[in-house]
Amino acid sequence: MLQAINLDCVRGERRLFHNLSFQLKAGECLLVHGENGSGKTSLLRMLVGLTPTATGAVHWQGSPIKKLGDEYRRELLYCGHPLGLKDALSATENLISSMELNDESVTQDVVHEALRQAGLQGREHLSVRALSQGQKRRVNLARLLLQKRALWVLDEPLTALDTQASLWVVGLIDQHLSNGGIAVLTTHQDLTLTGTTHVIRVGI
Amino acid sequence: MFYPLAGKLIPWFAVAAAMLTIIGMYVGFFMAPTDAQQGEGYRIIFLHVPVSWMSMFIYLVMAFWAAIGLAFNNRLAAMMASALAPTGAMFTFLSLWTGALWGKPMWGTWWVWDARLTSELILLFLYIGFMALQSAVDEPRRADKAGAVLALVGVVNIPIIYFSVQWWNTLHQGASVSLTQAPSMAALMLIGMLLMALASWMYTVAIVLMRVRCIILEREQHAGWLDELKEVKQ
Amino acid sequence: MSDTIGLSVLRGVIHRDLRLAMRRKSDVLTPLFFFAIVVSLFPLGIGSERDTLRQIAPGILWVAALLASMLSLDRLFEQDYADGTLEQMALSPAPLGMLVLGKVVAYWLLTGLPLTLLAPLLALQFDLATPSLLVLAASLAIGTPVLSFIGAIGASLTLGLRGGSVLVALLVLPLYVPVLIFGAGSVDAAAVGLGATAHLSLLGAVLVLTAFFAPWATTVALRIALE
Repeated sequence: MLQAINLDCVRGERRLFHNLSFQLKAGECLLVHGENGSGKTSLLRMLVGLTPTATGAVHWQGSPIKKLGDEYRRELLYCGHPLGLKDALSATENLISSMELNDESVTQDVVHEALRQAGLQGREHLSVRALSQGQKRRVNLARLLLQKRALWVLDEPLTALDTQASLWVVGLIDQHLSNGGIAVLTTHQDLTLTGTTHVIRVGI
Repeated sequence: MFYPLAGKLIPWFAVAAAMLTIIGMYVGFFMAPTDAQQGEGYRIIFLHVPVSWMSMFIYLVMAFWAAIGLAFNNRLAAMMASALAPTGAMFTFLSLWTGALWGKPMWGTWWVWDARLTSELILLFLYIGFMALQSAVDEPRRADKAGAVLALVGVVNIPIIYFSVQWWNTLHQGASVSLTQAPSMAALMLIGMLLMALASWMYTVAIVLMRVRCIILEREQHAGWLDELKEVKQ
Repeated sequence: MSDTIGLSVLRGVIHRDLRLAMRRKSDVLTPLFFFAIVVSLFPLGIGSERDTLRQIAPGILWVAALLASMLSLDRLFEQDYADGTLEQMALSPAPLGMLVLGKVVAYWLLTGLPLTLLAPLLALQFDLATPSLLVLAASLAIGTPVLSFIGAIGASLTLGLRGGSVLVALLVLPLYVPVLIFGAGSVDAAAVGLGATAHLSLLGAVLVLTAFFAPWATTVALRIALE
């Protein structure tokens, strides 16, 4: 269960949101809408614990995430706006090293299978520099298949993706929710998910 | 609330600083006896010694506030730290200059690579680094915290730096004249020096409180409570 | 979850950074050439008198090594910061301190170690005696890791700031003073036959201290930078 209690966000001179609270149970999804610069990414960064909350708190399974520390991070998968890919490495190398950073080991076959599902068959060993924006995004999202985490926090996961890939991602999220996972995502597109979906708008 | 209280205290400290400086100067320059070995030129130490004390002490105080600010996420403490830095740097700078002015007649040269002078110089660099870092960060919260980490790293390092410089100095003896064999001091000299030290204290408190008030005004422009203050409305 | 203190993570980071560096060899070579050029400039500025050169050689080599190891500091975290890898590291369940340690070790392997190996070669230009050469290499081997550790603090504090690379120099150089003193001092001591053990053990003590504290400070600074 993910709880946000009275979150506030001030960026420079502007207050982006104030007293924001919500609660997500297993199998539920939160869609965050808002214009550019309305504080969507700031909200997500607070939820994952990158930005400390000035007021209020984020709770996971009833305890504040600050206290849980790596216990929380073990349950969390965050795909932020910078994709976290190294241009000089291939898609496979990128995913393997990203798994290593997360203290999980993975075999090359598993990675290849994930990349195949992401529609990148035949490009596993191409350096990421040679991939298009959409393809890079797919590499990044292939982590959803590799890391078994209960909470997904995805910042604009559908950016640069074509219709087919968007459907793939939506399918993944649906499956994650039906397995009892929780997802928080920002998006500009309208999404239809089968699970319970909450929607909030940030910014005025 | 801190802001109005600080406002009330500033004049007191400022007056005390001015008074003490005048008395201290008088004692130092007119009452204290002429030093047998060093003549009249030694009188610069009435400025030099208190200023050097302050330069080191302020760094410790600054690191202390920075640590509080970082540990308890306290904004006021962090502001105190950044308000202290320029004053500390000024004292360090003064200490170097007065040291040089003293050294010229005593040693016949402006600069001696003496352990203390060298450490003081490095201390100045540390202050400058702290201020440069704070001014390079646009976001005040990040500036506070980054500065705090730097101040703490510096404070851990200062003993090591000091020790290493001493070590280096003892190995390269020769040109340098040791400062440690201070001539036995007449009571009046001591009093003058203490008065000046106290004056620097008062000056520091006054100036830092003033600076903190400025920082508060700047940072909390859009916080409601400032508008309720009488002074600000005027 | 292979282990709790994150040794496998450590290995993973080192491995990754080394592999990345191998794809961009010029980044590794630039500081080395810089080192060689700076060292060779001194005789041109000072004159080729042998005794003078021999006397100033330890200082010059050490100062040049200091500057060279600082040259690429801003790259230590900058790329990871820009492409989002650093975010992922901060969110990894593995301790961030371990990841930082890994990055510093990799950084040292790519700058400090080559400098250590190159320095005795360049010292031949200055006509240093063989025992001095050995001490020089030893002091650099102990001292350059300290430079990397302290440098990491500076790099993490200035992450993403304008004028970061110049600022790093300002922050880090005063903190390098003890390393310079003990490092260059050890070679000096060896040259006059005093024995360098005292210097080297002090240098070792500094290394232990920084290896303990620096990753921690760097971690704090990185989290601040990511806020």
